[in-house]
Amino acid sequence: MRQFIQGIAENSHYQATHLLQILRQIQSRYHYIPEAAIEQLSGLLNIPRTQIIGVVEFYSFFHLAPRGQYELLISDSITDHMLGKKDLFDYLAKKLDVAVGEVREDGVVSLDNTSCTGMCDQGPAGLVNGLALTRLDQSGIDKIAELINQQKPLDEWPEELFQVDDNIYKSGLLLNQQIEQGAALRSAFKRGIKETLKEIDYSGLRGRGGAGFKTAIKWQFCSEEQQTERYVVCNADEGEPGTFKDRVLLNAYADQVFEGMTVCAAIIGAKQGFLYLRGEYLHLYDKLQSILEQRRQNSLLGNNILDTGLDFDIEICLGAGAYICGEESALIESLEGKAGIPRNRPPYPVTQGYLGKPTVVNNVETFLAAAGIAVNGSDWFANIGTEKSKGTKILSISGDCARPGIYEYPFGTTIQTILNDCGADDVLGVQVGGPSGTFISNQEFDRKLAFEDLATGGSFIIFNSSRNILDMVHNFAHFFAHESCGFCTPCRVGTSLLQKQIDKIVEGHGSAGDVVALEELCQLVKNYSHCGLGQTAANPILTTLERYPDLYQSRLKEISFEPGFDLDGALETARRMANRNDAGAHLAQTDASGSRPVASLPPSMAVGE
Amino acid sequence: MANKIRVATTSLAGCFGCHMSFLDIDERMLQLVEVVEFDRSPITDIEHCTNCDIGLIEGGVCNSENVHVLREFRNNCKILVAVGACAINGGLPAMRNHIPLEECLNEAYLDGIGVENPQIPSDIELPLLLNQVHPIHEIVKIDYYLPGCPPSADVFWKFLTDLIEGREPSLPYELVHYD
Repeated sequence: MRQFIQGIAENSHYQATHLLQILRQIQSRYHYIPEAAIEQLSGLLNIPRTQIIGVVEFYSFFHLAPRGQYELLISDSITDHMLGKKDLFDYLAKKLDVAVGEVREDGVVSLDNTSCTGMCDQGPAGLVNGLALTRLDQSGIDKIAELINQQKPLDEWPEELFQVDDNIYKSGLLLNQQIEQGAALRSAFKRGIKETLKEIDYSGLRGRGGAGFKTAIKWQFCSEEQQTERYVVCNADEGEPGTFKDRVLLNAYADQVFEGMTVCAAIIGAKQGFLYLRGEYLHLYDKLQSILEQRRQNSLLGNNILDTGLDFDIEICLGAGAYICGEESALIESLEGKAGIPRNRPPYPVTQGYLGKPTVVNNVETFLAAAGIAVNGSDWFANIGTEKSKGTKILSISGDCARPGIYEYPFGTTIQTILNDCGADDVLGVQVGGPSGTFISNQEFDRKLAFEDLATGGSFIIFNSSRNILDMVHNFAHFFAHESCGFCTPCRVGTSLLQKQIDKIVEGHGSAGDVVALEELCQLVKNYSHCGLGQTAANPILTTLERYPDLYQSRLKEISFEPGFDLDGALETARRMANRNDAGAHLAQTDASGSRPVASLPPSMAVGE
Repeated sequence: MANKIRVATTSLAGCFGCHMSFLDIDERMLQLVEVVEFDRSPITDIEHCTNCDIGLIEGGVCNSENVHVLREFRNNCKILVAVGACAINGGLPAMRNHIPLEECLNEAYLDGIGVENPQIPSDIELPLLLNQVHPIHEIVKIDYYLPGCPPSADVFWKFLTDLIEGREPSLPYELVHYD
């Protein structure tokens, strides 16, 4: 092991910024991060061992204790649940004889849940040693169990288990016209770099991650910074449950995305770019590396690109299972080899980003669009869309519809049009923008896809009337509690309390004051959290509470209060150990002696003299 | 003096530190008893609560007796108050929540160093332990919370005088910051 770690540290030039990539290799080989490895790395990279342990503990895909030689993770997204995940998961656990969250005694296999793996249109999905598994069904699971029990190496597993489809059902401006390799760079240099920035400005392109900051302004700010060492980062950490369009773009349009990054580099004067690829998309890694290599050979990356004097190259960094790293400043921390804890903003990354240097961070789709604009000009883009939202938006559609997949629409398209196209009937509502977005009911389908109405990073999950909204809210509350980075108390504690309170109501222990308490808690988490995660974590509750107050109320009991856990069950261990079963050894769940009405505000208590 | 405000207090899984802090209102206690009468409380040694206006609960809920006492207070007090860190969050006793109850009991009564005649106590007079220690608001509805470990005497004073004079209680920042 010493030699192995020495080798990877050397390949990383002993740079602590590569810690994440180093740990990925160790985890992949040993299925955990051994204590000895941490000690050795601490010396080689010249960082404290506690810092390494902090990073290992932060990311879901790293472990301090051994996992199975086959690390099986099953996606816990609401879309997987809608496709029957729970039964399959139980079946899998039984078939493999391993408990959820545990390693089988022989050490061969471990099984656990993981957050959405971005295969919502082809779930239920999972990961085995980081590689995506799709369309899991009973026969697929039988096969997987057999392969694992035979300890077959992954490269001998049948390909169909790993087959990932693009499922592009509707192409528009961007998806119809893939540019030729090098076309955007040639156009940009021909037109002039400054003019190209102007074209992007005139096109009205806004960031596609969801927040919608104007791309040209971001690039201009960065180019005007005093520090000359600058970076371009492509955010491909699409962790928002229900989003998978970046996976498709990087599978089928990667050249254009890299080209958009290179145009950006030419404009802002960057020499180094990064593609931060979420760990769940490991299956794309080799393909993307070969595209980068090809671009280097064609003088589209590297030194003196197309003889223009531009030096720029792109490195791919894999994440390790942390939703928060989709937040740009957390992503930069992660790129630097640290835990993905969001920074204070300002300063924004355009002034102090990667290693404190000016950095442009944009979404995959933004770079794709920028490359298109560089070739086709601003009018091509700006003629489509609405006044404030130019161009098109690529959606990842999943849930209850006939054709889940990728759809590209001009901004301004109504929700009803989208639902018609993907074959969704009997729709109860749509979660637009993922858990951190908005739930809209079937009374609002005339609303429009646009920054000024329904902004979205691309997630579009459809629920039909057979679904229970509270199941969705319950799933999302657990998601946020799991993904909170733990840095600030309102989010760390708040998301756990939200989860607990939702559990209580969903499980039928709620009573009169519980929905009010829930709403107060939502406001607290929303208003006092450090970053977007906490600020949006209460959205699923708030947006559904606003639309379906009766649904919540109907779950409440008509008593003043009931504990949220099984009170008598909590005595079971003590009862067994003391060998008792008398009346005093039991507790009623609610107070049988009846509860008197309670004054909630202080009555006037002034005592007369 | 039938129209005095009736106050009951108790300590569940707590250390009586909050009660001690309450006593630190010192000579103001004389002012307080002008308008307040104590019902069930360590101060009076009255065993059961009857109709009261205010119930002050120190400590979290660690066993079945705590549940019964807490319910008695809830049923008899118009306003029930969680007093101090343990009542609000479980506090120090809740540190055992990370250890399975079975291990705790084994260590204390069977395997621990110096244990003689090892056996798990099983007298029916003894309350059974819950597998975890809970804050009191997870068992009954709570109307107000007094933070602190313990809340200072001034917190008790401000809270009670607000209530007694018919105001919505509020604690100024100086009383609830701890650094």
